[in-house]
Amino acid sequence: MRVIRSLRMNFAVWIKWIFGKKRARIGIYGPPNAGKTTLANRIVKDWSETEVGGMEVGGTSHIPHETRSAMRTDGVVINTNGSSIELDIVDTPGMATKIDFREFMAYGLEEEEAKRRAKEATEGVIEAIKWLEDLDGVLLVMDSTEDPYTQVNVTVVGNMEARKLPLLIVANKRDLPKASPSRIKAAFPQHPIVTISALDGSNIDELYVAIARHFG
Amino acid sequence: MMREVQMDLISADRLESMSSMEKIRLILNKVKRGNIVVLEMGLTPEEEVKLIEMTMTEIRLDEFSGIEIESYPVKKEGSLINKILGKSGIKTRMTVIGPANQLRTIEKDKYQISTKVSVGD
Repeated sequence: MRVIRSLRMNFAVWIKWIFGKKRARIGIYGPPNAGKTTLANRIVKDWSETEVGGMEVGGTSHIPHETRSAMRTDGVVINTNGSSIELDIVDTPGMATKIDFREFMAYGLEEEEAKRRAKEATEGVIEAIKWLEDLDGVLLVMDSTEDPYTQVNVTVVGNMEARKLPLLIVANKRDLPKASPSRIKAAFPQHPIVTISALDGSNIDELYVAIARHFG
Repeated sequence: MMREVQMDLISADRLESMSSMEKIRLILNKVKRGNIVVLEMGLTPEEEVKLIEMTMTEIRLDEFSGIEIESYPVKKEGSLINKILGKSGIKTRMTVIGPANQLRTIEKDKYQISTKVSVGD
C-alpha cells in the first residue's frame, strides 16, 4: 500500500513537472482556536475573483471547535511576485485528542448545546483526519502565544513528513503582546515558518509569496 | 481513602511484535480503565493519527472524554541499507498516554515531558 502511494505521489510530481501544473489542494490544519478559519476567510477575501468574492468560508468564535465540518473553497488564484498558483482550500475542524462538553459550558453554553457541540466536534476531528489522505500540502496554523510542542502539532508534522507532502507552518496571532514565534521556529526548525496575523492581515503578503513558492 | 493509579510501561519488544491496530486497541483499553500507559517505543505518525481517530469514536459524554498523549517527533535513520531494503528508517520515541481527565501535561520541551496525574479523592 505504501509502495503504491509512493508511486502515485512520484507520478503526480512528474506530471506536474512536465506540464507545469500549478494547482494544489491545501488543507488548513491546527489545534482549535489557532485561527484556521480566520486565515481561510482572509485568503478567500483577498483572492477570490468570483461573484461571491469576499464571502466567508466559515464563522469564527472564541469558543473552541466553532468549525465542526470541513469547508472547501475551490479555485482561489494567488498571484504574487510574477508567479501564480490556483488553490483548492480545505478549512478543517480543529484537531484534538480530547473533547469534554463541560469545557463548552464554561463558555456559557447550555448543557444540551454543549453536548451537541462536543459530539459534532468529535466527528469534525475524524473528518479532518480523513482529509489528510486527499491533499497536496498543508498549512499548519499555530497560535504564537501558546506552547508549540502540542501533540496535535507533532502529529500533523509527523504525518506530513511520512507522506512526503509539503508543509508550511503559519505562526498566527503576531498582533498579540504574548506572541513568541521564535518558540515555534525552535520547535520545528526543519520546516518553513511565516509569522502573520490572520486577524489584522499583518505580514500576510509574505505568506502568499511563501504559498506560491512552496506549493507551486 | 487514597486512590491508586495503575501505570503500565510497555517495552519496545512487545510493541514490535504487535500490529498497529493491536497497539491502538491495547492503549485505548488500558486508558479507558484509567491506566497511564508509557510506551518505550512510541507510535508512528500514521498510528498516532489512527489512535486519535479511534479515540474520537469512543468518546462518551459522561464516561470518556478522550486521551492526553505526549510524544516526541520521530527520528529519521536514513541509512543506505534501509533505503535499499525499502525500510522506512523511522525511529519512534517514548510516549505517555492517559485519560484526559486524569493526566495533564505541565511542560514539554526537547528533553523532558512533565505531567501530573490526578488520583481523585
